Amino acid sequence: MTARIAIVVFPGSNCEHDVAAAVEGLGGRAELVWHQRPDLGPVDGVVLPGGFAHGDYLRPGAIARFSPVMSAVAAFAAEGGPVTGICNGFQVLTEAGLLPGALKKNRHLKFLCTTVEVRIESARSPLADLAVVGRVLRLPINHFAGSYICDDRTLADLRSDERIVLRYLDNPNGSLDDIAGVCNRAGNVVGLMPHPERAWHPLLGSSDGRVLLDGLVHHGGGPAR
Amino acid sequence: MVEVRSLPGIADPQGATIESALPALGFGGVHGVRVGKAIRFHIEAPDEAAARRQAEELSRRLLANPVLEEAEVWVGAEEGAGEAAPGATELSAPPGPR
Repeated sequence: MTARIAIVVFPGSNCEHDVAAAVEGLGGRAELVWHQRPDLGPVDGVVLPGGFAHGDYLRPGAIARFSPVMSAVAAFAAEGGPVTGICNGFQVLTEAGLLPGALKKNRHLKFLCTTVEVRIESARSPLADLAVVGRVLRLPINHFAGSYICDDRTLADLRSDERIVLRYLDNPNGSLDDIAGVCNRAGNVVGLMPHPERAWHPLLGSSDGRVLLDGLVHHGGGPAR
Repeated sequence: MVEVRSLPGIADPQGATIESALPALGFGGVHGVRVGKAIRFHIEAPDEAAARRQAEELSRRLLANPVLEEAEVWVGAEEGAGEAAPGATELSAPPGPR
């Protein structure tokens, strides 16, 4: 059965069509969902895409977390549905309390637009469960506030529960413990700063992101593992 | 007014850059420069205590991210407060140097 993936569109989102193209290209069905909608409909997975929701005013994700659709996203996540936040979507998930920690401005206050190497650290989440732990992926990053931070206790939990999904090999932004992506306790909610949807096809210069999006599309219907 | 500032221990590159520029101007003894945000607004509330409660609540829920930031609320009437709607309490900046 074709997985139906809802891609939430906030005012200021700008990667929703990239994600949709990747989802469709990998055999899924993408549905764009405007943030004012109170429900998601019958979907197998949700993606919060990159961009600058509400202009990133106040803080990235601070306003977006109060959009009507976020209640539906939280309910979907509570039932074990796979939710993935990419870049700005990661920021929204931390602001909404669906993922721990926060993303602060990059070290040196520099906007970063480059390609980095990240290592798969855990296959616990639906996003990474087709990937081999230890594999290194080359993925684009494109952010100003991508420096992950959390308190010591949260970091200890993330480590012991294998909830650090991705780490940078050469930390570009000052993230705590080189963290590039984390998941929630159940494993079904994942946030990452790199953009796998910009690296899913050889025409884009890299198809390293495909293994992550394949997980999203082909395991979209299953419960959290 | 609500002052939102990063928690102690959170790196503040803006503050550090400003601090590093000050000695060139002859201000050699300035330390601990931190950059935050000031957010000003008016609240309609029965009294000052109620206005403060609302300001603290909205600071906690929206204006500051507790992982990174803390918020301090300043409540008070300012000049011209008499022009406000009956029952309104005006918020103003704290007294002190600008």
